[in-house]
Amino acid sequence: MAKLAAHRQTLLWAAMVLATLVSWSLSAERAFTDSTARTLTTIAILAVACVKIRFIGLDFMELRRAPLPLRLIFEGWVLGVFTVLVVLYLTKV
Amino acid sequence: MSTAPETAATRGDGATRPPGPPPRHVPGEVGIWVFIVGDLTAFGVFFCAFMYAHGKHRALFEASRRHLTVGFAVTNTILLLTSSLLVAMAVRAARTGSRRWAPPLITGAIGCALGFVASKVLEYSDKLHHHITPTTNLFYTYYFVLTGIHLLHVLLGIMVLLVLRHVTSRAPGRSDTLIVEVGASYWHMVDVLWILLFPVLYLVR
Repeated sequence: MAKLAAHRQTLLWAAMVLATLVSWSLSAERAFTDSTARTLTTIAILAVACVKIRFIGLDFMELRRAPLPLRLIFEGWVLGVFTVLVVLYLTKV
Repeated sequence: MSTAPETAATRGDGATRPPGPPPRHVPGEVGIWVFIVGDLTAFGVFFCAFMYAHGKHRALFEASRRHLTVGFAVTNTILLLTSSLLVAMAVRAARTGSRRWAPPLITGAIGCALGFVASKVLEYSDKLHHHITPTTNLFYTYYFVLTGIHLLHVLLGIMVLLVLRHVTSRAPGRSDTLIVEVGASYWHMVDVLWILLFPVLYLVR
């Protein structure tokens, strides 16, 4: 069991849990007094989520060792969704 | 801490198989990845539709978002991250051919998933108690639909994990590694969807 736990995946899990708590803290009420700070913080929170997803894909779903086209499709989805979400968020309709 | 890539060495001595997959390996098989990419794309479109609507109705969406209990969502995120770790460990354990650790690890993942479902039931009950329903306004339509569809994925995932627990606890069969990898890939997808759904619904202001 110790051998199963002593693995990169466990370290990534701990980092992702910490990142979740940091994102929660960043989005709290007290953090926002001006719109620029709010905008940048929101984009940062979305970026953190996409970085988490990337690590889940590469290290939990084992795409790091998958054929390159499959890995690129996944990474392309992550980057594409992040980009479109940020553009839509920044666009004032 | 093991960080070196695990490779399938040629073994001629009848020892148990090494824990890592062979290089350039499709986890599971191509079919599950067609499904995963399709589901990720569908949810990607849903998230973008939400963000578009957020841009059009910022005040309404922000006022509605403030009634969400972010603590539920943070708990759910940690539960799903933990379940993914346990499933990933179970896959590595199953590859060794040993039946000792994979079943309890998958049981742990199922426990996390049931915790997620319980948290969701509490969260929905709280909303309904405050007369907040899918028809209250556009934000809550998105909230209930997106989290509801995701919850259906979690419920299906629990059944998948139950199958994996059975497969890893009985006598090994020839397709076991493939079955475990397919099921694990589906479960990680459920986690991925929530990791993005959480900030988009609960944290974006």
